[in-house]
Amino acid sequence: MEITDQTIEYVSALAKLSLQPEEKEKAKKDLGNILTYIDMMKELDTDGIEPMSHAFSMKNVFRDDVVTNEDNREELLKNAPKQKDGCFMVPKTVD
Amino acid sequence: MKAYETVIGLEVHVELATKSKIFCGCTTQFGGEVNTHCCPVCMGMPGTLPVLNKKVVEFAIAAGLALNCEITRNCKFDRKNYFYPDLPKAYQVSQLYLPICRNGSIDIEVDGVKKSIGIHEIHMEEDAGKLVHDPWEDCTLVDYNRCGVPLIEIVSEPDMRSAEEVIAYLEKLKLILQYLGVSDCKMQEGSLRADINLSIREVGATEFGTRTEMKNMNSFKAIARAIEGERKRQIEVLEYGKKVIQETRRWDDNKDTSFAMRSKEDAQDYRYFPEPDLVPIEISEEWLTEIKRREPELRDAKMLRYVKEYEIPEYDAGIITGSKNLADIFEATVALCNKPKEVSNWIMVETMRLLKESEQEVEELKLSPAKFASLIELIDAGKINRTIAKEVFEQIFKSDVDPKTYIEEHGLGMVSDDGLLRSTIENILKENEQSVSDYKNGKEKAFGFLVGQTMKVMKGKANPSVINEILRELLSKV
Repeated sequence: MEITDQTIEYVSALAKLSLQPEEKEKAKKDLGNILTYIDMMKELDTDGIEPMSHAFSMKNVFRDDVVTNEDNREELLKNAPKQKDGCFMVPKTVD
Repeated sequence: MKAYETVIGLEVHVELATKSKIFCGCTTQFGGEVNTHCCPVCMGMPGTLPVLNKKVVEFAIAAGLALNCEITRNCKFDRKNYFYPDLPKAYQVSQLYLPICRNGSIDIEVDGVKKSIGIHEIHMEEDAGKLVHDPWEDCTLVDYNRCGVPLIEIVSEPDMRSAEEVIAYLEKLKLILQYLGVSDCKMQEGSLRADINLSIREVGATEFGTRTEMKNMNSFKAIARAIEGERKRQIEVLEYGKKVIQETRRWDDNKDTSFAMRSKEDAQDYRYFPEPDLVPIEISEEWLTEIKRREPELRDAKMLRYVKEYEIPEYDAGIITGSKNLADIFEATVALCNKPKEVSNWIMVETMRLLKESEQEVEELKLSPAKFASLIELIDAGKINRTIAKEVFEQIFKSDVDPKTYIEEHGLGMVSDDGLLRSTIENILKENEQSVSDYKNGKEKAFGFLVGQTMKVMKGKANPSVINEILRELLSKV
């Protein structure tokens, strides 16, 4: 399946990736191959077969409404590249 | 100018009153130190897996049933992808393809006109964190306490035509959800948030105009102002021969106007796909029946019952049931003293007056039913008169005093002692000969004056009916 330059640019913009020209070419080829492979599914006759909503045949996995966690801020903030006043610090977002 | 019609649909986000978050065991409590209600699951750490809180599903179903929806018996979650630091996972778990409830409606009434507002769907999702701009560092600080708090989003059909209809819809929705116990619906804490989709069209047109979405309104008053402001803005745009642009706008209540939030070039593509970390939900007939069975009495039914069972006026029943908190206090007090009309009167007059004086919201009212009922019993038993009762009630309202103790400590018990009242009145008659002769000459007003004088000497604590009795008797002998 053919992937256009436009699609690659759109998808990389959504993923917030800036790709070099050679990376774009490679991604075009790889994504094309993946979609061609998946297209093989179209050869199967799926009339009257209910679509799966999950790969596992499990359902209704629940937990009870109980609070089990306590304050763990110090540990969690260890993953923050920047922090201030107990908060994660990120580049300015426009709101 | 042409005649325009306003078309409004609402997306209402409601935080559910569960104890723990939707996919992990962190608390949902409002407030708390920043980032202390978080764990690796709601922080989106690699390798963690969500497990669905059963109560969230039950609350969503309860809301759906009360809003006359069809329940989607086989439903599932989807992933909504977007990069924004309020979501540490870079996606929100939500429902797109199979929302848990669909095709409902609720009835509203504006100026005596009844109208049905369609509910398009209700879906379950997780709330996002809170972003605060830090002016010193010129960066954004993130608090994830709210991240993962369960939400239902209730999407209405574009059936509303005015701010009044929108407020009536929201009031009704809020009461239903509060009575169900599904949410506390506190707008000031963000547990009920409404986004307004608004467009205008010429009267008689069948096609909808281009709509805008408005966010950031935290009171019913702000919503009404935002609707009026946006309606005017869109009419102006059309009258100038321009076109309304489909966009999200942020309402600024201080500036009384809205501002565009995102430009259209930045169009969103959320690339929804089925959430692979959560398995599907199958809702059995038994489960549905059980949830329906547990449904508490809702506002409309309660109001009718108050009128029928307690024989209180419809207007009063409407006011009392208009707040779940008030209805709870009313019922608990009636259960203790079994005097519904009396309880209703104290709520309608004194409670309302004191609330207004102290500028308190009725939802914030704390009034102990035990002390309230005890006061009513003291009045009924003739231990205190109404004037004193008002004073005691005010003390219960303000300082949660125990009426019996308060009356004893302040010597407020009603005096019905015949001998004491008799000698007091005899003195008063001697001191007010003019009034006595006025009364004898047919001036009934003089009688009231003499009662007042007696009450004054007794410091308001005398039993008025005993005063009346003795006074009539003594006057007849003069």
